[in-house]
Amino acid sequence: MSLIATLARLEAVSTGRAQPAATVRHRHLSERPLVFVPLITAGEAGAPLGALVGTDRDAPRLLAVPQPRDRDLRFAFLAELADVVLPYLDGFADAVEAAERSETDPETGKRVKVEVELCADAPQLIVPSRAGIDLVRLLGRSTRFRRTAEQDPEAPFPAPPRVPLLGRWLTHFGERARVPGSSLLLAMSDVLARHWATGQSSLEDQHLGALLAWIDPPGGRSGAQAAREAELARDADGQLVCPPAGPATDPAFDNKLLAPAIERYDRARTAFAAAEDGLEADDRLGALTAAEREIRALVESRTRPTWDAVWRGLDLLAELPEGVRVEERWTRDRWSFTGHRDRVLAGEPPQPRRDDAVTAANKLATREREQARLEAQEALDDPLVMAARRLSGEAFAGEVVDVVMAYSESRRPSPRPLVTVRTDDRPHLGERARAYRSLGGKPQTAEFVGYEAGPEGGLLVLRVLDKMGRGKEPEEGSVPEKGDRLCFTLFEHEPRGGAKLPDPEETPWTHGGPPGEEAVPEPADPVTEEDVL
Amino acid sequence: MPPPRTREKALRQRLAELRGPEVQAKALDARALAALAANPGCRRRAILDGAGVDKAVLADALGSPSVFGQSQFAFVRGNAFEAKVKADGGTELLRLAHEKLDRAAEPPAGAHVPDLTAQGPHGRTARTELALREATEAAGAWTLLDHPMLALDVAGSPAFLEPDAVVVHPDGSWTVVEIKSFPMLDGAADPAKVGAAARQSAVYVLALEQVAARLESAPRVRHRILLVCPKDFSNLPTASAVDVRKQRAVTARQLARLTRIEEIADTLPEGTCFSPELPAERLTEAVESVPASYAPECLSACELAFHCRDRSRAEGAVTRLGRPVRAELGGLTTVGDVLAAARGEAGDPDDPAVAALRRAAALRAEALATAAPEVAPCP
Repeated sequence: MSLIATLARLEAVSTGRAQPAATVRHRHLSERPLVFVPLITAGEAGAPLGALVGTDRDAPRLLAVPQPRDRDLRFAFLAELADVVLPYLDGFADAVEAAERSETDPETGKRVKVEVELCADAPQLIVPSRAGIDLVRLLGRSTRFRRTAEQDPEAPFPAPPRVPLLGRWLTHFGERARVPGSSLLLAMSDVLARHWATGQSSLEDQHLGALLAWIDPPGGRSGAQAAREAELARDADGQLVCPPAGPATDPAFDNKLLAPAIERYDRARTAFAAAEDGLEADDRLGALTAAEREIRALVESRTRPTWDAVWRGLDLLAELPEGVRVEERWTRDRWSFTGHRDRVLAGEPPQPRRDDAVTAANKLATREREQARLEAQEALDDPLVMAARRLSGEAFAGEVVDVVMAYSESRRPSPRPLVTVRTDDRPHLGERARAYRSLGGKPQTAEFVGYEAGPEGGLLVLRVLDKMGRGKEPEEGSVPEKGDRLCFTLFEHEPRGGAKLPDPEETPWTHGGPPGEEAVPEPADPVTEEDVL
Repeated sequence: MPPPRTREKALRQRLAELRGPEVQAKALDARALAALAANPGCRRRAILDGAGVDKAVLADALGSPSVFGQSQFAFVRGNAFEAKVKADGGTELLRLAHEKLDRAAEPPAGAHVPDLTAQGPHGRTARTELALREATEAAGAWTLLDHPMLALDVAGSPAFLEPDAVVVHPDGSWTVVEIKSFPMLDGAADPAKVGAAARQSAVYVLALEQVAARLESAPRVRHRILLVCPKDFSNLPTASAVDVRKQRAVTARQLARLTRIEEIADTLPEGTCFSPELPAERLTEAVESVPASYAPECLSACELAFHCRDRSRAEGAVTRLGRPVRAELGGLTTVGDVLAAARGEAGDPDDPAVAALRRAAALRAEALATAAPEVAPCP
């Protein structure tokens, strides 16, 4: 945490309200996001208990699993979830625009431009917290290798038709969420914490209710007070007034409300199964339905506050103007979505359990590159982020006090004007260090020449190196003028990735060597008697 | 100076007084020890744990109840899984131990599973020690100790620990077994949970090493423990060897650093008592008489965290925003001091921490003013 962020937190403590940690919104928000508020059963590996899901804040779809240990009920839940999620995703798959991508021509080996489709917009999934993202990934892992009766008539416990496809998409969203700056799958608490500094620690910020209480305290109370209530207040029954954003539930809820309700459901189901004639069965079916309805009501009571909180968070974020470079990052998300759509259409197998060396290296390289890009872009979009970079000596802002025209010493002299900047910042400038400023959205490079009156004087001389056109005289507006206020960064605006990785066929033996023959599709997880998913 | 035995007795007497009359001591478990070792500077936690005070009950009585609890679903599943792992005289467990830790040894067949039941913690500890000695001397076979009991000296008072199991290898070496019910998915488990299990096991390793040092044969306690978890989405057990050398070293050092409980007890005013029967004001006073060192990490480890957090807030301490915050603020420890220094109302401008704060405040104000003129600059 930079000192500026610490200061913001301390101000939040003294004012009782969260303080801005960003002046623009650094993540894309879809006009029609799909919000997903899941709950799981404690102790089981990702056994869903229920969820609220949908795109309409007033009409979420409630899904519940009355007995989370029952495989059939669990599949029913996943099938229902697929019925909501897959049509939503399909809604973005068809509207496309033409785009170009450079590919290596397999015959000539040259890079050529290929016309391809790019989806005009992409879906966006929003979960309440970081643990929600983990659950999306876990659900993806647990379902994408399942076999449907159609794929494999022999499979024991076949999955409903669209569940494996849902698993592949959830896996894709979960993987994409690991790329810095991506917005296909967002955790509300992370996004809010990125934009506001509260008067509590970042650990406590993971509680969505408390975080919102600091940002927008209800009814004229202080953020600290409201956050404390959100964390701890319990009703007469001993239940949290603001239930945890999940997917884990509060143990008091499990023990006092959920467990008895599940037990009643189990009893009603056994009784129904044991019914001897139609009349008795009708009666007992009524009891079973009532027991199921009770569990659905419980699930809704724990998810609805979180659902509303997520939408409130979206409202708050929508008030911030979007950062200039957010659109560009969203385009990458659209590419990612389009790419996976194509892989599914092409009938490729589900994502493997473990990536091979080439895929893993590519993923890591992408994440590193995107992290660098995100840091640069956030700073350029947002003076508050830039302030932190200036404080740490990675950027400086100041006024141009002098411009002296100079030329390079080549046969065709090009303009190399010397610009003197007065700044109060203390950048870490080495000899001939490069500094960049944004000129019409493009970076212009300058080279550090020296201090005019010693390092303490705050007068820096820079030599501008590019973006001045081809002529002897620089193009209009391409050279800073006296009196301009400029901000230079020592980091690149468009960071380049590392060295290109070899083609898969060239994979060295240290990394498993070139891929063997046709990859065999991975088998489904073996099903055992006690298998829980 | 009184002889040691009398001193020990006096300390026990003193701790019983602190706990309150008729209050049963709460045993320290490995989880609590690992948490204590994570915050060795907290005298409050040290004395309360040392005296066997039930901190959850105390927190309730103070009016800041803790939020720890276990869902019965998790509890049932955890127990069912452990029972499954240990079924049939631990056949499956020993097979995993052989496969993951000691492939060179004979495969386990007909392993010994000694009966460890005895009266009270002291009795069980002695029984465990005897079983360990016998198993080590009768080398050449596998032995499984189901829920043994170990004693570890913590800041001058004994803590009794109950690992899930200990395996004695044919070569006479010992391995701690930890059975957890979080899944190992495609060979990998949640790193945070594995870390917690490793810290807990490190405490058992330390306790076993004390037992081993008392034996003539001085058997080796392996520093790779066996972590048993459900495989993927099933409840079939799978295992992984986890190296706990680092956690063991850290815990050993932190336990050695724990302020002697005796010394803390001596600083308390006469008549201090933490019995939950007392009225809240008197309890608060008693708790406040021992200094705490609160940090947000306490929230996930200590029952009293909410009480300490409220106190920390009331004092305006900056550590409640996280330990790293304090590091960059130099000698300024309260919110008021920091903000006053940042606004230029107090503090020595030659102090690098103060100078950095003022620069940060100026840069922040400038950025907010340029970004949105309608947003008021920082006060």
